[in-house]
Amino acid sequence: MTMSWETVIGLEIHAQLATGSKIFSSAPTAYGAAPNTQANLVDLGYPGVLPVLNREAVRMAVKFGLAVGATVASRSVFARKNYFYPDLPKGYQISQYEKPIVEKGRLEIVLDDGARKTIGITRAHLEEDAGKSLHEDFQGQSGIDLNRAGTPLLEIVSEPDMRSAKEAVAYLKKVHTLVRYLEICDGNMQEGSFRCDANVSVRRVGADKLGTRCEIKNLNSFRFIEKAINYEVARQIEVIEGGGTIKQETRLYDPDKGETRALRSKEEANDYRYFPDPDLLPVALDDAFISTVRATLPELPDEKAARYMQKFGLSLYDAGVLTASREMGDYYEAVVSGVPGHEKLAANWVMGELSGALNKDGIEVTQSRIDAKRLAGLLVRIADATISGKIAKEVFEQMWAEGQDADAIIEAKGLRQITDTSAIEKTIDEVLAANPRQLADYRSGKDKLFGFFVGQVMKVTGGKANPAQVNELLKRKLSG
Amino acid sequence: MTELHRLTLAELNEGLRARRFSSVELARHFLARIERFNPTLNAFITVTAEQALAAAQKADELIAAGEAQPLAGLPVVHKDIFCTDGVLTTCGSKMLSNFVAPYDATVVERLAQAGVVMLGKTNMDEFAMGSSNENSWYGPVRNPWDTKKVPGGSSGGSAAAVAARLAPAATGTDTGGSIRQPAALTGLSGFKPTYGRVSRYGMIAFASSLDQAGTLTATIRDGAMLLAHMAGFDARDSTSVDTPVPDYLGTLEQPLAGLKVGLLREFFEKGLDEESGKLVREALRLYEKLGAKLIEVSLPNLPLSVPAYYVVAPAECSSNLSRFDGARFGHRCEKPKDLLDMYKRSRGEGFGDEVKRRIMTGTYVLSAGYYDAYYLRAQKVRRLITDDFARAFKQVDVLMGPTSPTPAFDIGAKVDDPVTMYLNDIYTIGANLAGLPACSVPCGQSGGLPVGLQIIGPHFAEAKLLNVAHWYQRETEWHKRIPRGYE
Repeated sequence: MTMSWETVIGLEIHAQLATGSKIFSSAPTAYGAAPNTQANLVDLGYPGVLPVLNREAVRMAVKFGLAVGATVASRSVFARKNYFYPDLPKGYQISQYEKPIVEKGRLEIVLDDGARKTIGITRAHLEEDAGKSLHEDFQGQSGIDLNRAGTPLLEIVSEPDMRSAKEAVAYLKKVHTLVRYLEICDGNMQEGSFRCDANVSVRRVGADKLGTRCEIKNLNSFRFIEKAINYEVARQIEVIEGGGTIKQETRLYDPDKGETRALRSKEEANDYRYFPDPDLLPVALDDAFISTVRATLPELPDEKAARYMQKFGLSLYDAGVLTASREMGDYYEAVVSGVPGHEKLAANWVMGELSGALNKDGIEVTQSRIDAKRLAGLLVRIADATISGKIAKEVFEQMWAEGQDADAIIEAKGLRQITDTSAIEKTIDEVLAANPRQLADYRSGKDKLFGFFVGQVMKVTGGKANPAQVNELLKRKLSG
Repeated sequence: MTELHRLTLAELNEGLRARRFSSVELARHFLARIERFNPTLNAFITVTAEQALAAAQKADELIAAGEAQPLAGLPVVHKDIFCTDGVLTTCGSKMLSNFVAPYDATVVERLAQAGVVMLGKTNMDEFAMGSSNENSWYGPVRNPWDTKKVPGGSSGGSAAAVAARLAPAATGTDTGGSIRQPAALTGLSGFKPTYGRVSRYGMIAFASSLDQAGTLTATIRDGAMLLAHMAGFDARDSTSVDTPVPDYLGTLEQPLAGLKVGLLREFFEKGLDEESGKLVREALRLYEKLGAKLIEVSLPNLPLSVPAYYVVAPAECSSNLSRFDGARFGHRCEKPKDLLDMYKRSRGEGFGDEVKRRIMTGTYVLSAGYYDAYYLRAQKVRRLITDDFARAFKQVDVLMGPTSPTPAFDIGAKVDDPVTMYLNDIYTIGANLAGLPACSVPCGQSGGLPVGLQIIGPHFAEAKLLNVAHWYQRETEWHKRIPRGYE
C-alpha cells in the first residue's frame, strides 16, 4: 500500500447568460442558427465599430453575486485579453481581469455522508465568448462560425476547495441549479451554455503546499467531469510515484477514450497582455441598483430546502432532490397544496413514481403528462383510504398513459378499497376455511404463514382490501 | 464663378440659400480643382465625383423646395479614417486598400443628415500614425504652400485639400495633434473637440482613449458650423458623453474683455523655432489689446507628455490593429500555407514600417514584466498631466502657445529619425492625454510658411474656445491667405 494522497480541485465554470442579445452588440444570441447569421459588424470586429455593454448581462451577474453572498463591485473594469485566433475576430477578448464584478462568494454542498461543506467562490466576471472553428467538412481548411462570438458569459471561479471528483460534481450541480433558479442561464450542457474547466492537483496527505496543477478542458457533462478528474488524479499519482514530476499544463479530456491528454504546457502559454479596454467605461454600480436586483432574487435552493425540512418535515436528502430545480419545487408545492398535511406522501410520489415516469419518457417536470393537481387528486384517495398505495400505482400508470383523473379511473375500474370490516372478515373466514392445512401449521408455530394469509385475502379481493385492516382482523381471527 | 473656392463655408452656405449658385455648380467647381491639382498634391485617396453630383442635385432640389437641411449642398471631404458606406475606406494602408466599408461612421452620417455633399476621401498617414503624411501607402501628400514640404499629419490630405481650396472644409482626427499640427503647417483653422464630444463610431481606431474627430477649415466659424452637427451623444460609442451641445455659432461674437489667457511656459522653451515663437507672442499681445489678461502658467509634468504618449498610444494601437489579420476583410497574402503564415504575411505585407514599429512598441509595453514599468507608469504620468491642466484652468480660461515647434519641413527630412519626428507633437499631445478641446489658428508666416497659434480649453469648453479663436480672425487676415497658384 502506497502513502495516501489528497486531491485538490478548483473549477472554472462558464455560464452563458440568458440575455436576448450579445454582451456588446445587438445581435441575437439564439442557439443553432445557420453559421454566421447571428453576427453583426461589432461581432465580426469590423474596422471602426465599438462595443456597448448590455445592461441585462450586468444585472444577471449582480444577481449571481448576491445569490452566493459575494461582494458586488461598485466599480468593475473590462480588459482586453490579446491573442490571435480565427474565431476571435478582434484579436482580443473583452473580459474582466483585475477588477471583476463579483468577488468572494460561497456555496454550500452536501457530501455523501450528509455533512455540509462550504466551497469558496473566488470571483465571477463578465466576458464575451469566442466563435467556433469547424475543422471538419473543409478539406485542408477551417471554417469559422461567429454566431457565438460576443455571447455573454459569466466565468465563475472557485477556490481550490474540493477534495474529490464527487465534491466537484456536487459543487458544479449546485451552481447549475442556482443559475437556473436565478434564470440567468439555461444550463444546457450539450449546447455549451454551461461548461467547466477543472484545475486538478494531488499532494501527500498532510502536505501544506499545493501540488502542481493541470487544467482539464472540454468537460461538458457531469459524468465526464467525474471521470476526467478521477482519470487525471490517477495519472498524476502514477507519475509522481513513478519518480516523475507533474508539468503545469492544459489537458483535454477525450470522452471516447476516457483519458486526458496534454494540449499545451505553461511555457507555450500566451502572454495575453491584458489592459483596460479604452472603448468601455468602468462599470459603476450604486447601492440603489444593487437593491433593485436584490429585490428580484427568487427563493434560493438552500432556503427552499430548509423550508421543506422545517415546514414539511422532509429529510435533507428529500429536500435536496425536490429543490434541485425551481420547476421541481414548484410542482411539488402544487401537489402539497392539493393534499395538505401529507407532505411526505407527496414527496415520495414526486420523487418516486413521477420522477421515474419522467425519466423513462425523457421529459422535464414542466412537460409532465400528469399535472400537479391531478397527482394531488390521486394522493387524496390514498390519504382517505379509498385506494391502497399499490392500487394507486396502477391508477398512476393509467393516468400517465391516458390522462384521466384518478377518481374516474377508480370508479370505472371499481378499484375503491374495501374498508367494510364485515366484508373483510367474511373474506378472511373464507380464506381460512379454504386452507385448513396452512391454518393448522400456523397454529402449531409457523408464524411466517401470516403473510400467506394476507396475500390470499388481497388476492381474493383483487387487492382492494385495506391492508391495515386486513392485518388487524387477520391477527384477531388467527389468535382467536 | 471662378472665385467660388475663395469663399468660406459660411459664405457658400449663404450663396446657396440665396440661389446665387447651385450645389451642382459648387460640386463641379471643386471636383474640377481636385482633378487639376490633386496629381501634384496627392491629397485624395478616393474622389466620389458621381455620388457627389447626385447628392448635390438632390440638395439643389431641396433648396428649391425650401426643405433644405442646415448644411444642404455644401461640399465636404472626409479623412479616409471614417467609414463611408459603399465607398473605399483605406485608412491610408495597404491593409485596407480593398476595404469598402459597409456602413457610415457617425460623423459621416450626421454631416450627411445635415445635408453636406461628400467629394471624396483624403489621404492620411497610415492608421493616423505620423506627423508628416509620409507614412501613407498612397504616397506622401504635398504642402500647397511649398510642394517640397510636408503638410503635417496625420490629417495631411484634409489639410492640403482645404489649404489649396480643393474643398471648403474637411473632417480630420486628432490623436496626438493630427488635426492641429497639419492645420498649423498649412495655414488652416483646425479644431479638436473634447474627448467624448464627437462619436468615435465608424472612425477606425488608432488609440481609442486619445482619438477624437474634428475639423479642418479656412475659418473657425466654418469649423463651428460643422461641429454643431458632428457633436453630441451617440449610443454606439460608450465613451461619447451625454451632455447637450451648445449653440457654438451663437456665442462666437461674445466680447473677450476679462478673458484670462494662460501662457504655457513650457511651450516657449528650447526647441521652438525663433520666428514661430515671435509670431505666437505677437498673437498673444493682440489678445491683450482685446481685453484679455495674460498670465504665465506652468504645467510641470507636460515635458513628460511625449514619452507617456508613445507608450499609451502604441499600447492601444497594438491591440486595436489585431483585427487586421487577413481573415475577414482587408489584405490577405497569396496562398497562405497555414494559419500562422496567413497572419505573418498578411500583416507583414499589409502594414507599413511606422505602423509595425508602433505595434511592436505597444506589444512590448503591455508584455508581462514590462506592463508596470511602462504602461502603468505612463498612465500615472497621464493622470499627473491631466491634473496639471485642471490646476491651470482654475487660474485661466484658456491656455495659449505654439501648435508646432517649426513650420512645415522638407519631405524626407525626418523619415529616418522617428524620435525627431515624434517631437513634432510635443505641444499638441498634452491636450490629447488630458482629453481637452484645442485648436490651431494661423497667426503669421515664417519664411513663407504658415505658423499656428494653439488654444487649449477646459473639458467641454468648445464654445469658449471657438469664441476666443474667432476673435483672432476678426482682427487678422492670416486665415484668408491662399497659397500661390491656388488662388
